[in-house]
Amino acid sequence: MRRLLYLAPVGLFLVLAGYFAFSLRPGYDPHTLPSAMIDKEAPVFELARLAGNGTIGREALKGHPVVVNFFASWCVPCRVEHPLLMRLAQREHIPLIGIAYKDKPADSARLLAQFGDPYRDVGMDRDGRTGLDFGVYGVPETYVIDATGHIRKRFVGPLSAEAVDHELLPLLRTLGGS
Amino acid sequence: MFVELGHFCLILALFVTVVQSTVPIIGAARRHLGWMAVGRTCALAAFLLIGCAMAALMHAYIVSDFSVINVIENSHTDKPLLYKISGVWGNHEGSMLLWVFMLSLCAAAVAVFSANLPPALRARVLAVQGMIGVGFLLFILFTSNPFLRAATPPANGHGLNPVLQDPGLAFHPPFLYLGYVGFSVAFAFAVAALIEGKVDAAWARWVRPWTLASWCALTIGIAMGSWWAYYTLGWGGWWFWDPVENASFMPWLVGTALIHSSIVVEKRDTLKSWTILLAIITFSLSLVGTFLVRSGVLTSVHAFATDPARGTFILLLLLAAIGGSLTLYAVRAPSLQGGGLFAPVSREGALVLNNLLLSCGCATVFLGTLYPLFLDAMNGPKLSVGFPFFNRTFVPLMVPMIIALGIGPMLAWKRGDLLGAMQRLWVAFVAAALAALIAYYVTTGGPVFAIIGLALAAWLGAAVIAEWTERIGLFRMPLTASLRRAIHLPRAAHGMTAAHFGMAVFVAGVSASAFDREAIEVVPLGGRLQVASYTLELQSVDPVTGPNYRAERATIRITKGSEEITIVHPERRFFTLQQQTTSETSIRTNFLADLYVALGEADAAGKWTIRAYYKPLVPWIWIGAVIMAFGGAVSLSDRRWRVGVAQRRRLGSAVLPAAGE
Repeated sequence: MRRLLYLAPVGLFLVLAGYFAFSLRPGYDPHTLPSAMIDKEAPVFELARLAGNGTIGREALKGHPVVVNFFASWCVPCRVEHPLLMRLAQREHIPLIGIAYKDKPADSARLLAQFGDPYRDVGMDRDGRTGLDFGVYGVPETYVIDATGHIRKRFVGPLSAEAVDHELLPLLRTLGGS
Repeated sequence: MFVELGHFCLILALFVTVVQSTVPIIGAARRHLGWMAVGRTCALAAFLLIGCAMAALMHAYIVSDFSVINVIENSHTDKPLLYKISGVWGNHEGSMLLWVFMLSLCAAAVAVFSANLPPALRARVLAVQGMIGVGFLLFILFTSNPFLRAATPPANGHGLNPVLQDPGLAFHPPFLYLGYVGFSVAFAFAVAALIEGKVDAAWARWVRPWTLASWCALTIGIAMGSWWAYYTLGWGGWWFWDPVENASFMPWLVGTALIHSSIVVEKRDTLKSWTILLAIITFSLSLVGTFLVRSGVLTSVHAFATDPARGTFILLLLLAAIGGSLTLYAVRAPSLQGGGLFAPVSREGALVLNNLLLSCGCATVFLGTLYPLFLDAMNGPKLSVGFPFFNRTFVPLMVPMIIALGIGPMLAWKRGDLLGAMQRLWVAFVAAALAALIAYYVTTGGPVFAIIGLALAAWLGAAVIAEWTERIGLFRMPLTASLRRAIHLPRAAHGMTAAHFGMAVFVAGVSASAFDREAIEVVPLGGRLQVASYTLELQSVDPVTGPNYRAERATIRITKGSEEITIVHPERRFFTLQQQTTSETSIRTNFLADLYVALGEADAAGKWTIRAYYKPLVPWIWIGAVIMAFGGAVSLSDRRWRVGVAQRRRLGSAVLPAAGE
C-alpha cells in the first residue's frame, strides 16, 4: 500500500503526458477547434447593450453575414487581437458584433474607449450564459455567422493576420456572394 | 564565419555533455576517481562552448548579419543596440539557446563550488545535469537551430515585436531562465541522492543554497515581467493569469515550498522523501512550462511561432526527464529512513502546513492553466478560466498561509506552544485591527476583501518584526547587547525576516489595488482632467521621431490644489515597420502611490483620450518582491553554507576514502 503511494506521482505524470500527446495529435490546432455548433443555428440570446439602449438578440445576426467576437477587458490576448479587429472594421468594413464576456460594463467601455471600438453593436454577457451556449471556453473567441444565422466557423484565441487573410476574409467573401 | 563557429561550438558542446552524462556516473558506480573527475572538466568545457555559441549569435545580431535566418526574422538595422542584444532571446531559437546557456552556467557553478562535496555525489549531480543538457542541445540542433543561413540575404530584417522593445523586458528572460534552470541543480541533487539511496542533513545543506539562489533569480524575473506588463500594456494591470505567466509562477510556488521543507531535512532529518519529490516537481514544472509555451498546445500572447515537431520532441524530453526521475523516486524513496518525530503544533508542523498550502496553490494554478486542454480531450462541458477562477480558488488558499506565516517562526521545533506564540504576537493582532479600521475609515467602507488583505499584511508585517525583536532581545536588554545579538544572529535568520517582511509589503500592495481611482476623458488641448486629488492639464501634443518609430508626445501638467507636482510626457508610438502602436505610459511615484497617465487616440475634433489612474500602494508589489529576493540573498550569504558542519559531516559519511584530488 505504501509502495502504491510512491507510485502515484509517476502515475499522475503519465496521465498528464497522455493529455499532452493527445493535444499534439496531427491536425490539431488550438486556434481552430472544431465546434459542436458548426453549421447549427446560433443560440438564442438577449443581452443588454453596452451603450445602454435596449437589448441585442439573435435576430440582429440575421440578414447578412456577421462576425461575433467574445472579448473581455481582463483578457490580454484580446488586446493583442484588437488592432486586427479595428482593421477589419475600418478597412474591410466587416460587421462585427462584440459580446463582453464576464466583464464589468465600465471596464468594457473603458477598453473600447482606449483602443477604439470596432463593433457595430456590443452586448453584455455578464454571467457568461451566452458564452456557454455558444461553446466559448476562453476569451477571445470569434464566430463567423452567415446570413441565415448559422455558425460557419469558430476561431479560438486571438485572431492572427494569417487567419484573417487566409480563412476569415475568404469565408466571408463566399458567404457574401452566395 | 562567426556563425559557423557558433554552430560548431554547439555541436561540440553536445558531444562534451554526452561524455559528462555518462562517464562520471559510471565512475561513481565503480568508485573510479579519475572517471568521476571527468564530470567537472566536461561541465566547464560545455559552459565555455555554449558561451561561445551564445556570443556568436549575439555578434550576428549586433552587426545585423542578415544572412542568418534568425536575425532576419527578429532584427532590423534601425533597432537600438540594447534591443539588438535582447533580440537574441526575443525569439524561440535564441531563447532556447539562452536556456541551455543558463543550464551550462549552473553545471559549471556546481563544478566550481562543490569542492567539499563527496566526489561520488558530485559526479552524479554533474552527470544528471549533463543528461538534461544533452536533451536540450539535441532539441536545439535538430528542431530550432538559430544558426541556419538564408540562401539570399535580404537588405533588412523584419524587426522585433515593438511590445518587446523595452528595457524591462530586455533583462526579464535571463533572470527568469536563471531561476527556472537553476532548479535543475536541486533536481540533479535529488536524482543523485535517489541513486545513492541516502538523504541526510548534509545533503539538504548542499542543496539549499542552490535552491535559494534560483528562487531569488526567479522572484526577480517574475517581478520584472509583471512590472513590464504594468507599465507597457497601458492598462494598469500587473498580473493576468496568462499561461506563460503561470508557467513561471508554478515553479516559484513549489520552489518556495522546497526551500522550506529542506530546512526541516537539514535541522530535523525528516520529511526526506517529500523534499526529494518537491525538488523533482519544481524542475519538472519548469520543463512543463517550457513545453506548454513552445508546443502551442495552449494559446497565449507570449507564445512564439510554434511547431508540432518541437512539441513532440519536448514531450519526449519530458517523458525521459520527469517520467524517469519519478520512476526512480517510486523505486527508491520508500527506503529513505525518516528521522525525528514532531507534534502537529511545532515549527515542523508549521512548515508542513506551508508546504501543503503552497502545493495546493500550485495545483489550482496548474488546473486553471491546463483546463482547456483537459476539457478538449474529454469533449467535456464548456467552461472558461480566467481572472474569476483564480481569484476564487488561489486567493482563499493564501489567506490561511499568511496567517500561519506570522505564527510559524514563533513556534519551537518538535513541540510548539500555540497559545504562548499568540500571546507574544499581541502586537500583530493590534496592528491588524488598526490597519483594518484605518483602511475602513480612509476609504469609507471600501471592498471587504481589500480591507481583510490590508489587515493580513499588517498582521504579517508586525508579526515578523515582533519575532525579530524578540530574537535580538530589543526592548528587553540594553541596546548594545541587542546590537551584539543581531550581529551574531546567523544571516539566514535575518534573511528569513526580510523575505517574510517582503511578503507583507507585497500583500499590502496587492490588496490596496482595490482602492484605485481612475479617470478617462476626451480632453481638448488646454483641457483638464481630475483624478483623486490631482488635476491634469493637457498642454500640448507634439510629434516626435524615434530610431524606429514615430510618436505623439503629450505634455501634461499635474497640480494638486495650487501647487505644481510635475510635468509628464506619455507617448503613443507607432512602429512603421510592424504597423503597430504601443503606448508609453508616464508613471509618477512617491513609493506610496502611483499616478499613472496614458495617452489614448485623438478624435476627429482634435481632442485626446487621456486615462489617468491613482493607484495607492501599487509600487509595494514590486518593492515587496525585491525585499523577498533580498532576503533570499542575505540568507545565501550565511557562512554556514561555506564552512562548518557540511565539511565535518562529510568526513563521517563520505563514500570514498579521502584519496585522490
